[in-house]
Amino acid sequence: MNWIVDDTWIVIIGALTAIACALPGCFLVLRGMSMMGDAISHAVLPGLAIAFLVTGTRASFTMFIGAAVVGVLTAVFTQWITNLGKVDRGASMGIVFTTLFALGLLLIVQAADYVDLDPGCVLYGNIEWTTFDVSFEFNWGSTLVFVPRAAIILGSVALLNLCITVFFFKELKISAFDPELATTQGINAQLMHYLLMTQVAITTVAAFEVVGSIIVIAMLVTPAATAHLLTDRLHWMLVISAIIGASAAGIGHVLAIVVPPLIGFESTTTSGMMAVTTGLLFIVAWLFAPNYGWLSRILSRKDVENPFSGPLPTD
Amino acid sequence: MVSGLHNTGLDWPSIEALLNVLLLENSTTAKVVISTTVLGLASGLVGCFLLLRKRSLMGDALSHACLPGIGLAFIVMTQFMGLEGKNLSGLLLGATITGIIGVVLVMMIRNTSRIKDDAAMGIVLSVFFGLGTVVLTLVQQSPGYSAAGLESFIYGKTASITQQDADMIQAVAAVVFLCSVLLFKEFKLLCFDEGFSRSQGWPVNGLDVILLALVTLVTVVGLQAVGLILIIAFLITPAAAARFWTNDLTVMVILSAIIGSISGWLGATLSALLPRLPAGAVIVLVAAMIFMFSMFFGSARGVVRRWLSMYKLKRKIGRQHLLRAVFEIQEALCLEQSKDPANVAVPFKTLLNHRSWTPKRVRQLLRQADHEDHIDLIDGDNVRLSESGFGEAARITRNHRLWEIFLITHADIAASHVDRDADSVEHVLSPDMVRELEEKLDMLGIPESPHYIAQAARGGPA
Amino acid sequence: MPDLAYHNKPSATPPLREDDHSPRAPLSIHDLTVAYHRKPVLWDIDLDIPEGKLVGIIGPNGAGKSTLIKACLDLVPKASGLVQVYGQPYKRQRSVVGYVPQRESVDWDFPVSALDVVTMGLYRDIGWFKVVRRKHKDIARAALDRVGISHLAERQISQLSGGQQQRVFLARALAQDASLYFMDEPFAAVDAATERAIVTLLKDLQSQGKTTLVVHHDLATVTQYFDYVILLNMRVVAAGPTEEVFTAENLHRTYGGKLTLLAEAGHALSQIKRG
Repeated sequence: MNWIVDDTWIVIIGALTAIACALPGCFLVLRGMSMMGDAISHAVLPGLAIAFLVTGTRASFTMFIGAAVVGVLTAVFTQWITNLGKVDRGASMGIVFTTLFALGLLLIVQAADYVDLDPGCVLYGNIEWTTFDVSFEFNWGSTLVFVPRAAIILGSVALLNLCITVFFFKELKISAFDPELATTQGINAQLMHYLLMTQVAITTVAAFEVVGSIIVIAMLVTPAATAHLLTDRLHWMLVISAIIGASAAGIGHVLAIVVPPLIGFESTTTSGMMAVTTGLLFIVAWLFAPNYGWLSRILSRKDVENPFSGPLPTD
Repeated sequence: MVSGLHNTGLDWPSIEALLNVLLLENSTTAKVVISTTVLGLASGLVGCFLLLRKRSLMGDALSHACLPGIGLAFIVMTQFMGLEGKNLSGLLLGATITGIIGVVLVMMIRNTSRIKDDAAMGIVLSVFFGLGTVVLTLVQQSPGYSAAGLESFIYGKTASITQQDADMIQAVAAVVFLCSVLLFKEFKLLCFDEGFSRSQGWPVNGLDVILLALVTLVTVVGLQAVGLILIIAFLITPAAAARFWTNDLTVMVILSAIIGSISGWLGATLSALLPRLPAGAVIVLVAAMIFMFSMFFGSARGVVRRWLSMYKLKRKIGRQHLLRAVFEIQEALCLEQSKDPANVAVPFKTLLNHRSWTPKRVRQLLRQADHEDHIDLIDGDNVRLSESGFGEAARITRNHRLWEIFLITHADIAASHVDRDADSVEHVLSPDMVRELEEKLDMLGIPESPHYIAQAARGGPA
Repeated sequence: MPDLAYHNKPSATPPLREDDHSPRAPLSIHDLTVAYHRKPVLWDIDLDIPEGKLVGIIGPNGAGKSTLIKACLDLVPKASGLVQVYGQPYKRQRSVVGYVPQRESVDWDFPVSALDVVTMGLYRDIGWFKVVRRKHKDIARAALDRVGISHLAERQISQLSGGQQQRVFLARALAQDASLYFMDEPFAAVDAATERAIVTLLKDLQSQGKTTLVVHHDLATVTQYFDYVILLNMRVVAAGPTEEVFTAENLHRTYGGKLTLLAEAGHALSQIKRG
């Protein structure tokens, strides 16, 4: 294996994506809205197309705004159909994101002569190439250090999510746990819902522009679910999911380099491999987690604590 | 605004072309239109059960889980079996296998851990899709791969459906149709009450697997036709739309199949007639429009219908409150002044104080009651029940008092709470129920309402 | 096929295990333990329910009342223990057992009518692949009539009141024509009229020699409704005829330090003395 500076950067970018995703991801998993990341990442297509058609540029900031707005709209429409039509939330999510995706495809095809948007690129992304897009360089001692744009973008998103999670920790916690209780406590649960959705939309859009959407969907749900198997405390869940996501990024990149030669191929996509690695880590936790693992459940069935082993309370 | 679209414009098809497509004269178009119609029918059927099982997004997880199967099947066929990599049945078999593995994993994660359905689906979806991209990148490096390859599974390539695809879709539709009919009652019970179904000895997990296997079949053949994302819509949207029109599962399933077919047919037809309309996207948009229309105008659960009935109920409650208030005030006044109750005028202010109404609300209610000829507006400040209004008001008041007494004597509800409860309950009372109550209360010797009221209630104005 | 054995009505086969449990008891539970994550919900339950009793399962919230029923019906995994229905495992006796789940356990928006739901109780008899016939609907209609809502048969279930929904569930169990019934909180959030109707029905079942187990938590009505009680708090505190078992001391042991409930128990006991 030939490890170069670029590889380090790829792992760092992957880890930053993981951290940025893990924080809102935990709340998504706890609220039972894990599919939202997937829905948003598909639904933003018309946002990208319209932003491009309106401004005529592929400047990333306009595209970013267009996509993020449509991302939040996905959540709004979903909520709207759920409440107004009394449709199951999963179903309304499915209807909204497929419709938006179809609309996006239609727009792109209609304007194919003018728009050079490859929907495939949106989904796959290309974390391997992120290191060619350098934001700035500086001299550190005698070595020249370059900082890829992707690292800056994802670093900022991770920081943003970290700040939101820290500042609104108890509000997010209580509205995830019990929206009605939150409302009686004077916390606008609806607002917290949309704050979270905005977070997911921004993260999804920022991340897939640089690293592709598969990695975002994987990093939003899988590390959070893994952490949920390992701890009962929300703050630990946040920390553990960030660590698991970051480790998956590192391991995934190594696997992407190491595995293909073993079976006679050159190399494969790093973001796909990172997603697969989150899955592998989940399986480990699913089977062997100390309290909630499959194995421990099997064992515990035979090994029930006797609640009456101490003296019985008599009054 | 959209500079690009002006120039493209839409070239309207000639009548000839229109007839050509509508009458399915061109065999390629016919294949496409028939395939999407049949696919819509099958997915509409199976989508209903998926929706009612609250597993709509399973189609999402599933379609993504098919991707690695396609790539792996390609590798296995080219590397190990020396077959042509584009052997469709091979690819679809691969997709079916990983699809089913994905579904089974979702169920296993849900059943054996604290992770819930949605997260389990999210995990399977993203990890399998990641694996899919890994495998597809590998495939691209393999010798037998040609550019017009496997991506079509992601976005679909409706326009180039082959005879083989069409046959496969029809076979799958037949299987889905047969299973939905044969297992209709089993699926119904599974979706409605899993616990009861299990306690009755039905193999709940087995039925779930059959249902999801049907979804897998539809998804796999649909991948090729409309693509990985849009097949999800086919599974969800027609069923959700059908739900607005009926409260009967049988009707819902039939409607959903019809809506699915219409979307498939119309979408494919439009796409064949007009340039630059990718069939998959148009089909989804047609289905989405049908959904929106159903959501608002559906005859069973549509928004407009619900709003109307809520508005009617509100109006009815307001009217009853007003009439009872005027009646009670008139009653009190005539007891004080011992006048003929029909001739007592009720001052607006007294009415306003009687309940927590705003002046605006009272005026609105009075206008409404005047319109219905229940209230006479004597002058600006006084009102009185009209002749027909008096009878109606007496009936409502008696009805209300019956409830009050019923609540006091029958249920252990504190007397102080009765008024509030009665206010909300009486509006849902049917005339039959009132009669039943009257009998019960008469038997118990409940005191009649004061003098003439009872007479008024029974025989019109006193 | 759902296992073939269901055609056998309760047979006189001797019990699988020879011990002091009565072989023909409608329900006998041996050493039942149910646990969730090592924490037991039910601990060493050992019970024999005599035939023809109307049994109340009483205990504080979280005492495992519903879990007891679900464990008997194989709806939750047992950590250990054996449940027998008329001397045989539940799996072979499904046709003689009727189950009324908690009302909240299903989605009442589901597109079916009251009659459809009641017919579901007959699906086992109808069997795989076969359609519901006229005679099945007639049985279902008769069951709805017994709970007094046959006029609502065609109504969609979301348009029924809570009490009426509960009656639909009861009718579904009645349609099964079982001899042992499990009912999970049938009195929860129903109107007074429905509660009275259910009680009448329960007594009626009892007079036909059927055995019914009811999860119940209104202590005030226990003595009026049930002639046999199981006081449950993770384990069986006491079980037996109401007049012997439903005592201040036993209630105290069941409810522990929960004072509000004790006050309720006191009220209940004052009623016993009065009655």
